[in-house]
Amino acid sequence: MTRRIKPITTAAVIFFLVSAVAPLFVSSWATLFALILAKGIVVLGIVLLLQAGQVSFGHAMFFAIGAYTSAFWGKYIGGGDILLYLVLGGISSTVFGLIVGLFVVRYREIFFGMLNLAFSMVLWSLLEKMFPYTNGADGIRVARPGLLGFVFTPETFQYVILYVSLLIAAAAFYGVQRYLESPLGHMLRAIKSNETRLEYLGMSARRVLLIGYVISAFLGGIGGTLVAIIQQIATPEFGFWTKSGEFVFIAILGGGAHAFGAFAGAAMFEWVRFYAAAHLADSWQLILGVVLIVIILYAPNGLIGLRQRYRQSGKRGR
Amino acid sequence: MNSTLAILAVLDGISYAALVFLVSVGLSLIFGVLRVVNVAHGSLYAFGAYLAATFSIKVAPLSPWLTYPALLAASVVIGVVCGGFIERFLLRPLYGRDDVLQLLITFAAFMIMDNLQRLIWGVQPIFAAEPLKLLPNVTVFGVNYTSYQVILLPGVALMTLFGLRYFLRHTLAGAVIMAVTEDREASTSIGIDARRVYFVTFIIGASLAALGGALASPTTSLVPGMGADMIVLSFAVAATAGLGQIEGTALTALMIGLTRAFVIYLQPEFEVLVPYLLMVLVLLVRPYGLFGATQVRKI
Repeated sequence: MTRRIKPITTAAVIFFLVSAVAPLFVSSWATLFALILAKGIVVLGIVLLLQAGQVSFGHAMFFAIGAYTSAFWGKYIGGGDILLYLVLGGISSTVFGLIVGLFVVRYREIFFGMLNLAFSMVLWSLLEKMFPYTNGADGIRVARPGLLGFVFTPETFQYVILYVSLLIAAAAFYGVQRYLESPLGHMLRAIKSNETRLEYLGMSARRVLLIGYVISAFLGGIGGTLVAIIQQIATPEFGFWTKSGEFVFIAILGGGAHAFGAFAGAAMFEWVRFYAAAHLADSWQLILGVVLIVIILYAPNGLIGLRQRYRQSGKRGR
Repeated sequence: MNSTLAILAVLDGISYAALVFLVSVGLSLIFGVLRVVNVAHGSLYAFGAYLAATFSIKVAPLSPWLTYPALLAASVVIGVVCGGFIERFLLRPLYGRDDVLQLLITFAAFMIMDNLQRLIWGVQPIFAAEPLKLLPNVTVFGVNYTSYQVILLPGVALMTLFGLRYFLRHTLAGAVIMAVTEDREASTSIGIDARRVYFVTFIIGASLAALGGALASPTTSLVPGMGADMIVLSFAVAATAGLGQIEGTALTALMIGLTRAFVIYLQPEFEVLVPYLLMVLVLLVRPYGLFGATQVRKI
């Protein structure tokens, strides 16, 4: 087990180092990497739930909640600080995660996914239609916040938000890693492998899943806050079902078996989108769709599974 | 709200429900038999609509009456070509694998089709109201309405409902589909080709989605994003009814259609909210849907 995870941890360290250094040479990469890291944080939450064998097709709701928390603060209270936004986004998504979680953890598989989708669509229609409060489909602009009282020019700001994202992403990665290796994390995995046995051991599967769910909602909210700050806008589309699908897509693309899959997937996804959008303006979605099909059909364990499969190919085929 | 408005709302609701039913029942049928939530279902709806519009714009100069067969032809073409392709080349390799992968591969199909739709038909709204204008208006309790929407659409929906019921319960092919749904292994052992059943069912479901789109095309402008909206809506209807429930889907579609129509006249900003709110409320109490009988795995 440890022997298998170690190279992946090395890969993760290299990935974080690259995202810290590479944008110093190519300034357009600063925003790209910040987005990769922010989305990676959200997908980390999806990967967490995948450990329990559950797929949320509505996780964009927490992403949107994080984003709109900053947007509302900026719109109604004014002024703002990256740190403050993150704290508020974290709190609001955790609270919502707890409320929604109390309902959804009672169900599994398709019913779990369905309820999540239903909740997220309710939120989306509210964001879209409560025009006086949310500006409808146009969304709310998020003014560039300062950090701890410092104000930045747009050029420095993209680096500030990059390094903030990097710090949080690394912390989240480490935290999730530790969580999954803790007894609580093993119980979460047990929901997938044998829930009945988990219950027979005297644990409450619902409570175990609820804890995982709230953590994953929190990660979604933090990621949403970061993306709103990076893109300086929050729109209802942040909570639309296609966004949820995109997160699950990224998780499967990277590989749901390990926390690093979230970042590997996000990097691949955003890279393809960044370059395909630049060169083939109209067909980046097409390309990503084909990539997804190829991954699912030929490498169902995702990018991080490729290496593992290569190593194991001599031992057993699958 | 006066009585004229109320009748108008009822008529709106019925014609809307008819379209939603066609799409939802396709989704429900596919789930019932293949156990796959077809995320690309909304795209099949959109493709059906666009192709129908293209066909009917082409044939309208010859004779406007040819637009009706054109609508039908478009839905069959989309159902067989796109639906057949998705089942044969995307879903088939994944049977017996993780459910997430089956769901996600139809999501990939959705992304590709959404993009193709923009490349083929562009982003400008397309109008093709020929079939709608051909039929005369009717007066229902003093309210003037197009007969296309209050007679043709509900008529097709009812025919589909009873046709499906008859097909599944009173024909051999239907019995074979039911057998595979009930117990795939047992039916395979008595010589039923489950793969073919899946293939055919998927094509039927896909054609229904495309038919919904084709019939909707004269009543609305075709815009990018219509597929993404339709899939969640039809999923909300199918899930509220209980996945796999055909008659239930019809009733739920009617219920959601009517509620939505009244909300439009009373409180328009809540229009989109209605189906999803209903879905949340129903699923919280009955996760297997209003008419579903399947036991949920609850430990």
